[in-house]
Amino acid sequence: MNVGAFEAFTLVVRRELCLSFRRPDQLLQPLVFFLIVTTLFPLGLSLQLSLLRDMAPGVLWVAALLSSLLSLDSLFKSDADDGTLEQLALCGQGLTVIVAAKTIAHWLVTGAALVLVSPVVGTALGIPGSAFATMMLSLGVGTLTLSWLGAIGAGLTVGLRRGNVLLSLIVLPLAMPLLIFGAGATDRAVSGVSPAGALYFLAALCVFTCTLAPFAATMALRITLE
Amino acid sequence: MNTAVDGLGVENVHVWRGDRHVLKGVSLTLRPRQLLHIRGPNGTGKTTLLRVVCGLLRPELGLVWWLGNSIASVRGEYQAALAYASHEPALKADLTALENLRFAVGLKRRVTADELRASLGRTGVAACADLPARVLSAGQRRRVAMARVLAMSASLWLLDEPFTNLDAAGTELVSGLLHEHVLRGGLALVVAHHDLKLDCDVRRLELNE
Amino acid sequence: MWTWFYKLASPPYVYGAAAALTPWFLGLAAIAIGCGLVAGLVFAPPDYQQGDAFRIIYVHAPSAWMSLFSYTSMAIAGGIALIWRIKMGHAVAAASAPIGASFTLLALFTGSLWGRPMWGTYWAWDPRLTSELILLFLYVGVMSLRSAFEDPARGDRAAALLGLVGLVNVPIIHYSVLWWNSLHQGATVAKLGKPSMPGSMLWPLLSMLLGFMLFYGGVLCVRLRGEVLNRERQAKWVREAIKS
Repeated sequence: MNVGAFEAFTLVVRRELCLSFRRPDQLLQPLVFFLIVTTLFPLGLSLQLSLLRDMAPGVLWVAALLSSLLSLDSLFKSDADDGTLEQLALCGQGLTVIVAAKTIAHWLVTGAALVLVSPVVGTALGIPGSAFATMMLSLGVGTLTLSWLGAIGAGLTVGLRRGNVLLSLIVLPLAMPLLIFGAGATDRAVSGVSPAGALYFLAALCVFTCTLAPFAATMALRITLE
Repeated sequence: MNTAVDGLGVENVHVWRGDRHVLKGVSLTLRPRQLLHIRGPNGTGKTTLLRVVCGLLRPELGLVWWLGNSIASVRGEYQAALAYASHEPALKADLTALENLRFAVGLKRRVTADELRASLGRTGVAACADLPARVLSAGQRRRVAMARVLAMSASLWLLDEPFTNLDAAGTELVSGLLHEHVLRGGLALVVAHHDLKLDCDVRRLELNE
Repeated sequence: MWTWFYKLASPPYVYGAAAALTPWFLGLAAIAIGCGLVAGLVFAPPDYQQGDAFRIIYVHAPSAWMSLFSYTSMAIAGGIALIWRIKMGHAVAAASAPIGASFTLLALFTGSLWGRPMWGTYWAWDPRLTSELILLFLYVGVMSLRSAFEDPARGDRAAALLGLVGLVNVPIIHYSVLWWNSLHQGATVAKLGKPSMPGSMLWPLLSMLLGFMLFYGGVLCVRLRGEVLNRERQAKWVREAIKS
């Protein structure tokens, strides 16, 4: 009769995916934003492909960061607004399982999607195909970590007026190491140097965050729910 | 000092909201086959009390007991034994009534679609099972929320204004469900504006300024 | 021993203790800073590499150190308040935050001034200064979060959690910025570092550091009293204290 933690986890992930796919327009918005922000850089800076290529890893990563942030606001907001968050908090599974499921689902819909679109953007910015593997790996790991950091931020700011601005204010400084290592790894791959060091750091950050962030995010939500 | 080892106990709970002393030392006990009707003017902390009992809100002072244990120490079991219906029906607008129930009840116990449809039938919204909650009327949503409470098979019902948006038939339906629940050995804490005329052990708690 | 700890949780005690400690902190701070400034600006010899420009270290290094120290105390006070539900912890954290942010601004400003003779420009993304800048963002985040909540109790708890999350991230940020800088360092950019220091240069620095710490303690006590009064304004003892 009783539902195990893993079963509950998959049920919540299914719920989130179900909800996301019922609103396909909202699914695409972060991706379109990603493309738009990437376009801003050549427009604002330079047409020269060689110059662009130098800046490409950083530009790509900043754009990915900002796009992920945009959709983080909705991680808990919709549930908080219609009262279903409380139902989830009282389901007997422990809030951490719920938070973990929502965050992973969010990453699947946002971060993973960004990773899939990144080769297109990378080409537009002049990143050579040889660097794609590193680029996508770094983006995948980085956006996962960012989803977790964002879960903490979203948990703290859900229900606040203009919470999305505050969310960005809180999460971006914490995400700066991600940017450094992620863009650094991609940059090294573009230059032909081994990106292993940076990727290891990035992976370490990811593991560290994935271990501690669920508890921080749960605590944040409990504070908000009160 | 917990006098209700077989039910719910609230002991001297104080809650402040900013400067306002919302709950001033509220205590109550509730045993199986009892219903507690909480009334009071607006702003006296009825919803706050309910949320404290749920465990969503930790009081500054005081404790809540369930079956002799503080709810903080038996959170999982306590939550498995309760069903909470808040003031809003708490349904996802994009999901159908059936899906709403499935994703909510399915976290507490394994249910089949038939069981869920049966619950929806008991509250008179079987026809709405496959409609997205967005298109349902306020009364229908309230009935779906009540169906969710039914489907959870919980012993403790915590209902905040369960009669809102219901017509006379709906009100009678919910009263009947409460009556049945209490007679079968359940406990219920109901916040409601109007009178509850039920043929069972109904206690009252008035919250004042 | 626990009675002492519980006394710390009592607002009237904290209020009184802070009042008693303030003149000591500020007085000793004035002495330490005074000695440090005189020794550092007048008596210490000029650096063989940087000349007299290095003297700004006597303000820059203590401010940078204090900015980190304040953040740590703010996070720990908030953490204690969050875990053990001791409200005075929140008061200490709230009082500490703006002081720490000011130290950070001072460190950035003096660091920038120091950079001018070294790099020829006021800002060159030196790793230490970049870390300070990110620390400033963390401070702003905590302060904004606290004030964004209508219910001050929730604001305190949210800010405390964010403070702890930030504290864990501070070393990560520091080392990642260092790594980033080593990757992209131009040959001409020199790091803002301490020149190798003989005793006559070191003593004033330590004196300034002590002075800054005492100054922090004094200002914290002053602000803490204000925080305690504000938070406990409904309590009887506050009304008595204001009357007297």
